[in-house]
Amino acid sequence: MTARVASTGRRPHRQRYLPMQILLVFLVVYFLIPFWWVIVNSSKSSAGLFGGGNALWFADDINYVENFKDLFTYGGGIYATWLMNSALYAFVGGIGATVLAVLAGYGFAKYRFAGRRLAFAILLGAVMVPTTALVIPTFILFSQVGLTNTIWAVIFPTWLNPFGVYLMHVYARDAVPDELLDAARVDGAGEFRTFLQVALPLMRPAIVTVLLLSIVASWNNYFLPLAMLTDNRLFPVTVGIGLWQSTASTYGAAGGQSLWSIIILGSLVSVIPLIVAFLALQRYWQGGLSMGSLK
Amino acid sequence: MNAASTSAPARQGRFRSPTARQNIFGWLFVAPFGIVFLTMLVLPLGYALYLSAFRKTLIGGTHFVWFGNYTKAFQDPSFVSGVWFVVKFSLVLIPLQMAISLAVALMIDVIVNRVARFSRLMIFMPYAIPAVIGALMWGFLYSKNFGPIADVFGAFGAAGPDFLSSDLIFWGLVNVVTWQWVGYYMIILYAALQGIDPELYEAARIDGASQWQIALRIKIPLLSRALVLILVFALIGTLQFFNEPKILQNLAAGAIPDDFTPNMYAYQQAFSLANYNYGSAISFALGAVVFVCVYAFLFATRKRGSFLS
Repeated sequence: MTARVASTGRRPHRQRYLPMQILLVFLVVYFLIPFWWVIVNSSKSSAGLFGGGNALWFADDINYVENFKDLFTYGGGIYATWLMNSALYAFVGGIGATVLAVLAGYGFAKYRFAGRRLAFAILLGAVMVPTTALVIPTFILFSQVGLTNTIWAVIFPTWLNPFGVYLMHVYARDAVPDELLDAARVDGAGEFRTFLQVALPLMRPAIVTVLLLSIVASWNNYFLPLAMLTDNRLFPVTVGIGLWQSTASTYGAAGGQSLWSIIILGSLVSVIPLIVAFLALQRYWQGGLSMGSLK
Repeated sequence: MNAASTSAPARQGRFRSPTARQNIFGWLFVAPFGIVFLTMLVLPLGYALYLSAFRKTLIGGTHFVWFGNYTKAFQDPSFVSGVWFVVKFSLVLIPLQMAISLAVALMIDVIVNRVARFSRLMIFMPYAIPAVIGALMWGFLYSKNFGPIADVFGAFGAAGPDFLSSDLIFWGLVNVVTWQWVGYYMIILYAALQGIDPELYEAARIDGASQWQIALRIKIPLLSRALVLILVFALIGTLQFFNEPKILQNLAAGAIPDDFTPNMYAYQQAFSLANYNYGSAISFALGAVVFVCVYAFLFATRKRGSFLS
């Protein structure tokens, strides 16, 4: 009975949902237009860019090679340095934040220590503190101990991820059974060995998600490095491209023209690593992102 | 905490009282994060509060003004109009984002085919783009020099809308942020939909419910928790609006002043004018506004389940 309802209910759906599918395709076009624009226009020379040709189609000459050369040689190859810096901040920042979140989330979920409820309430309050409100006071503190304009000025604040702790807590609470931990303890495993060998493997999906979220957050960060760094060799790619863009805008069409084509290609290149990471890790994040909203 | 308990926690653990073990190891696991929490959150917030109680003047030097900077901020048209702007912006943006992400999530939940899977991935993609680059991309599209808008409208002999003008910049920004975040919210909602037991739909269908009724009466109520979570994130993110207007500022000549949002104003005070005391006060006041708004919202919706429950 139920099987028949399901099967008869399923087949006509294909056609019935056709209008919805067409609507979805239109939405996809909207979401892809900026990518398309960047892909097309990064192939143009500055003449092609300002020549008044079709903004959404290729010009007659495809200039990718030339633009790539310009992008990676401009300013002594500073763009490659920016990309490396972004990767460094994203990995050291993201991995650090994840390790701290895993430890603390597990601690909150599996130990009934004194002060736990109060500490957890403070943690939840901290989720609501906007991170940008911390940038200016952190900058002043760092400047007093000589930390501004170093890589640590960008990395240390990234390690603070209260929401990551919350997610790990939720996940560890539900996915790591107390009986299993007790069994390991009875077998003589210490607390840290129990954590490493029993709990950690069970927490893997949540760990990948928190890691991905932290890496994205620090790769995309702009306000913090903009405030902390003045040496352009330490800039991440977001601040670097922002700098080029303001230079190009200031000098207008006259001096800025040659810069625009590398800004456009630079934007394209800077988004490729994360898009590749997301496509490759689909299996993990699609389920993981809903953590904390289900139970 | 003595050395023996770290070197041989297993053997010691069994003889200790369970409470002592819970206390020691609980705090040991939480401590590394706790240190970062104290140095990167509590300390800066406390310091901001301290700094904000002083004022620096050219003649009088630095002197203590209690809450003077806050009374100044809440009377400062730049700060007040910035707060008003982000509140207005949130009121337009957040319902729009939530409606689109909910509609898309519900659609791809019923259309189970390749089109749905492909759309899900493509609509999510902007989340992986830094806000700076996203704003830049849309800035290009809006621009008269490079953008297609002028071409498209020109073909019909009309002047296109200029989203970088002071009249339309509001909508230009609404569009950028919607584009950036709808996919992420959609994925959260979609994953929550996947967690619903399909037998509920089956039962409703046998009772004669249409797909519309199932969506309205079963799916949306069961998503309330995810919707609250999204709303909180969107609210926290939007009230501290900075990246997109900062980037579009260069392209939109004059449409985005330095005091456009509270965060831009705080940045200008601290880094362009070296007015750290007032900048800290604005940061702290903005943090407090966000905290109070979000807390009030969570408190109002606590029955539906949220962090606080």
